[in-house]
Amino acid sequence: MIKKRYILNFPPDSGDKPFSYHLVKEYDIRINILKAEVYPGKRGSLLLELQGKKENIEQGVEYLRNQNIVCEPLDKRIHFQEEKCIDCGNCTAVCFAGALTMSRETWKLEFDKNLCVVCELCIPACPLHLFEIDFR
Amino acid sequence: MSKIKNYEEINLKLKEGKAVILTAEEVAKMAMECSPEEIVEKVDIVTTATFGAMCSSGAIINFGHAMPPIRMEKIRLNGVPCYEGLAAVDSYIGATACNSKNPEYGGAHVIQDLLEGKDVELEAWGKGTDCYPRKHIKTTININTINEFILFNPRNAYQNYNVAVNTTKKMIHTYMGTLLPNMRNATYSTSGELSPLLNDPEFRTIGIGTRIFLGGAQGFVVWPGTQFNTSKPKNEYGIPVSNAATIAVMGNLKEMSAEYLQAAYFDKYGVSLFVGIGIPIPVLDVDMAKRVSINNSQIETSVLDYGTVGTPKLGQVTYEELRSGTIKIEGKKVRTAPVSSLSKARKIAEELKLWLKSGDFVISKPVQLFPKNTSLKGLKETEAGND
Repeated sequence: MIKKRYILNFPPDSGDKPFSYHLVKEYDIRINILKAEVYPGKRGSLLLELQGKKENIEQGVEYLRNQNIVCEPLDKRIHFQEEKCIDCGNCTAVCFAGALTMSRETWKLEFDKNLCVVCELCIPACPLHLFEIDFR
Repeated sequence: MSKIKNYEEINLKLKEGKAVILTAEEVAKMAMECSPEEIVEKVDIVTTATFGAMCSSGAIINFGHAMPPIRMEKIRLNGVPCYEGLAAVDSYIGATACNSKNPEYGGAHVIQDLLEGKDVELEAWGKGTDCYPRKHIKTTININTINEFILFNPRNAYQNYNVAVNTTKKMIHTYMGTLLPNMRNATYSTSGELSPLLNDPEFRTIGIGTRIFLGGAQGFVVWPGTQFNTSKPKNEYGIPVSNAATIAVMGNLKEMSAEYLQAAYFDKYGVSLFVGIGIPIPVLDVDMAKRVSINNSQIETSVLDYGTVGTPKLGQVTYEELRSGTIKIEGKKVRTAPVSSLSKARKIAEELKLWLKSGDFVISKPVQLFPKNTSLKGLKETEAGND
């Protein structure tokens, strides 16, 4: 069993398919919807946590992609300029999901992208503007 | 009688490579097992440091004279206004001044760009006089074209600082970071037991003329900082439990490094400058040994509600509690986060140790001590109803 987060982007014409039903029924994947922005007839974006057997998740993702849905692992959509980080901690103040934390020993920033819920609060909270997330 | 050392003795030890130098964190740990009498025997200098956003910072710049010359009466550097009331080509750029068309870019960014060797656009206007006939100039400058480039920060390195929380239902944006509603986070700023002014709370060794680490170069404490306040309530260890004293510092920006100065923009607040400061504290006697032995469990600070006018105090916590990740305020567990970099501060304290050991940096006795019994005035309004 693995657990992994993905960002899904729907083109305007794919918004009405019950794809989550197929993921559950045919690929035995547990779905947790963490964030959704759906504009019928325009576009939709979802943050999903998929839990299941590795090969089932791979096949499920393949199924989604065949439906013309863009499906990318969350960590590929998060861009953080780590080399410029000064470890001030401002981003950890807003990260209620616990993805951004300070190491209690070195007091350097630790970023577990797989805990991110794309609340996007870190983007303006970073005084150096080091975060970008492609959700939409 | 317990040992008393003087500056000359310690500097001689430095020269001979015999001085024992510890960081304030190391000496705090040592003090768990050693008495102040033992520490004064064993340790000569303690390095302290901080790396935080310090808004009252800026740079003095002399641009040099153009031909024909201009008396600059309105000055912009990359669109950021600089002070125009200092003769013809002297100016002061404040860290928090910003470009009105791009408020996320300010004086701190101009200072950083110059420091990194980048070209910066200078535009200035004058009325034209007999000796300064020119009325307008637009050119590019960089760190090599300007004469003096001096960091002069009127208020830095606060001796302790408040913890910020927000009890309202709305998120607020402050210089203490983004404060979530309903007290869902708390932010704190100083480097605690490593913080310079908390290790010499009575200012016996930090005063006018103290040589310091400033932005990666040697600098000096030049004056007590603005809003220097020695009247704040202190705890049983002699530590003021809220923001109290400050220092004004100065140093040659041409020798500094962008690693220890960093421009910043705080969302919906404005521009500021992270400044790296390190101060060596000589362990002159038992009293100083006691002072530098202070640890995070003995340093307390006030929790203030930044969401309410007047920032009422909600509680008092130690840095040990703050560093644990959660504090308790009015019975509620609140997650904490720092807004100044302890890892950078530690790096500065170590760097300063190396400077001292290499013999390039001697410790200096203050030329004059800071004033005592100072307090702050508020701003009185002489006209009613001008809210």
